[in-house]
Amino acid sequence: MTTLAQDTAARAADLAEAARLRALFEAEGAVPVEAAILQPAQTLLDLYGEDIRARAYVTSDALRGEQMLRPDFTVPVVQMHMADGAEPARYCYAGEVFRRQEEDEHRASEYVQAGFEIFDGANPPDADAEIFALFQRILAPMGLRTATGDIGILTTAVSGLAISDRRKRALMRHIWRPRRFRALLDRFSSSAPLPAQRAALLAAEDPFAQAGPEIGLRTRAQVEERLESLRQEAAADPIPAGVVELIDAVLAVREKMPYALEHLRDIAVDLPWIGPALDRLEARGAALARRGIDTEALDFEAAYGRTHMEYYDGFVFGFYAETRPDLPPVATGGRYDALTRQLGQGRAIPAVGGVIRPGLIRELGGRT
Amino acid sequence: MSVKLGVPSKGRLMEKTFDWFGARGVTLGRTGSEREYAGRVEGVEGVELVLLSAGEIPRELAAGRIHLGVTGIDLVREKLAQWDMQVEVLAELGFGQADLIIAVPDFWVDVETLDDLDAAAAAFRRDHGFRMRIATKYHRLVRDALREAGVADYQLVDSQGATEGTVKNETAEAVADITSTGETLRANHLRPLSDGPLLKSQATLFRSRNAAMDGAERRTLERLRDLIARG
Repeated sequence: MTTLAQDTAARAADLAEAARLRALFEAEGAVPVEAAILQPAQTLLDLYGEDIRARAYVTSDALRGEQMLRPDFTVPVVQMHMADGAEPARYCYAGEVFRRQEEDEHRASEYVQAGFEIFDGANPPDADAEIFALFQRILAPMGLRTATGDIGILTTAVSGLAISDRRKRALMRHIWRPRRFRALLDRFSSSAPLPAQRAALLAAEDPFAQAGPEIGLRTRAQVEERLESLRQEAAADPIPAGVVELIDAVLAVREKMPYALEHLRDIAVDLPWIGPALDRLEARGAALARRGIDTEALDFEAAYGRTHMEYYDGFVFGFYAETRPDLPPVATGGRYDALTRQLGQGRAIPAVGGVIRPGLIRELGGRT
Repeated sequence: MSVKLGVPSKGRLMEKTFDWFGARGVTLGRTGSEREYAGRVEGVEGVELVLLSAGEIPRELAAGRIHLGVTGIDLVREKLAQWDMQVEVLAELGFGQADLIIAVPDFWVDVETLDDLDAAAAAFRRDHGFRMRIATKYHRLVRDALREAGVADYQLVDSQGATEGTVKNETAEAVADITSTGETLRANHLRPLSDGPLLKSQATLFRSRNAAMDGAERRTLERLRDLIARG
C-alpha cells in the first residue's frame, strides 16, 4: 500500500510532467485544448461497440443518460475539430483518462496522458514523421525501444482482392480481430463443400417451412436477403490459396524499415495493388529521414497495432521499455483518417496523433 | 471460531444442497420456523450454516465473510473479476445444471451459429441504424464470450426477468439467458444457436481464497474435505 503522501506526490509529479510535455507540444505550434471528463456514451459505443463497456467506466443520470469517464482524448478532440476547427490544425492536451480493468489489477484504472494531434492533409507522410520525430526527441533520454507499423498496407491488400464487396466488407470489419479475420480468410479461400444442413437450407423450396412465426424487428425480408447472399457466397470462387499466402507474407514482414520496404516491394510483384500503400510507406521513410530519424535502425512490423489500436488505419507507433515487458507502452500513436470521417458527419481530414504517459516515465525512473 | 458455509436460502437448490451434504454424513437443516434464515449442522464439528440468496454468495466468498459457499459457476464468473484468484472449486455438485445460451427467433433460419449472428448483426445495423440488441442479465459473461468469438455490431440491453419476452415486445432482437430445459424458449418462438452454450453451469461448492482461517478452522475444513472426497 502507498501512503496518502506518496499518492499525492506521484500524482503531482505526473501532472507536472504532463504540463511540461504539453508546453513542449505548444512550442511546436499546437493549440492547448480541454475535454470534459464525462463523455456521452453513445458516440463511444457506436465507434467501439459493446467491448468499450469492458474498458471504460459507464455512469448515468436521468437527464443525460449514459455517460463514460473519458477513456481517451482523441475522440472528443476529433469531434471538436470536425465541428468547428479550421485546417490545418495542431492540438495538445494533458489530463487524466480512465480505463476499467477487469483482468489485471496492476494496470492503472486512472492515469495521466499528454497528447498531440495533427489535422493536416497537405502532406500526410510528413505529418506522420513530424509527430514520430517529436516523440522520439522527447523520449530519447529514456532509451526506449520503438515499434512502427502501418495498418494501411493490410487494408489496401484486402481492398484489392478479386472478391465480392460483401466479402471485402466482412474482412475489413474484422481487420482488428486477427483470429476472426483469419477464419474469414480461410473460409473465403476454402473449396470445401457446405455443411449438409446449410446446403439443404439454401436449396430448400421454402426455407421457412419448419420455422416459427415472424417476431421482433428483424424482418423475414432481411432473413431472405441474407439467405440470398449465402447462396451467392456458396457459388463464389474461392480466393486462390496463393493470394492468401501473399497476405500472410505481408503480415509476417518484420525488419528494419528500408529492408521491410524492399521485402514488401518483392511481395508486391505478385500483389500489385498494394503499390500505393508502399509508396506511402516509402514517402514516410523519406520524411522521417529528413527529420533526422535513422530509418536504417527503425523497426517495422506490418502486423503491429492490429490487436489493440483499433481506430488507427495507417502509420502506427509505440515506445516500449525493453527492460519492463510488464508495463504498457510509454507512448503510442498513429494515423486515424477514418475516425475523422466517422465523426465528421460527411467531412473527413487526414489526421495523426499520439499520447505519452508521464506516470510510466516516472515509474521507469526516467526524465525526458 | 467456526467455518462458515453459505448455502442458498430457499427452493430446490437449498434442498438439493442439503441432500448432497447429507449423503456425505453432514446433516444441514434450518432451525426454527420456515421463515427464519438460521441453520444447524450435524456430523462435523465447527461448521456454521449461513443461509443466503444464491446471487449474494459469490460476493460473500470474495469478501471472505464466508469460507465455503454453494452457488452456480455462472454467478461466480459473472460477478467476480479474476474469479479463480478469489475462489477455489472444491466440488461440482451434479445438480442445478444451467447453460448460458444465445437464442434467436426460430424463423431466423439463416442464423445457426455465432458466426451467422455476427453477419446478421452487421446487416441489421446497416438496415436499422443501431446495433442488434441482445437482452440479458449476464453482461460480463456474454460480452466476454462474444468478444472471444469475434461477434461485433451488437449491444447488450439489461433484462432482469421475462427475458424471453423481449423479442416479441421488440425491445431486443435476441436473448442471452440461462436455460435448463429450453421449454420457455420454444414457447416464445426462440431457438438456441447450434454451436453450443456460451457457458455450462451447475451448483458448485467453492472455497474462498480471501477468508482468514485460524488453526481450528483449518482442521475443520480438512475434516470437511475428507467427508466430501468420500462421497
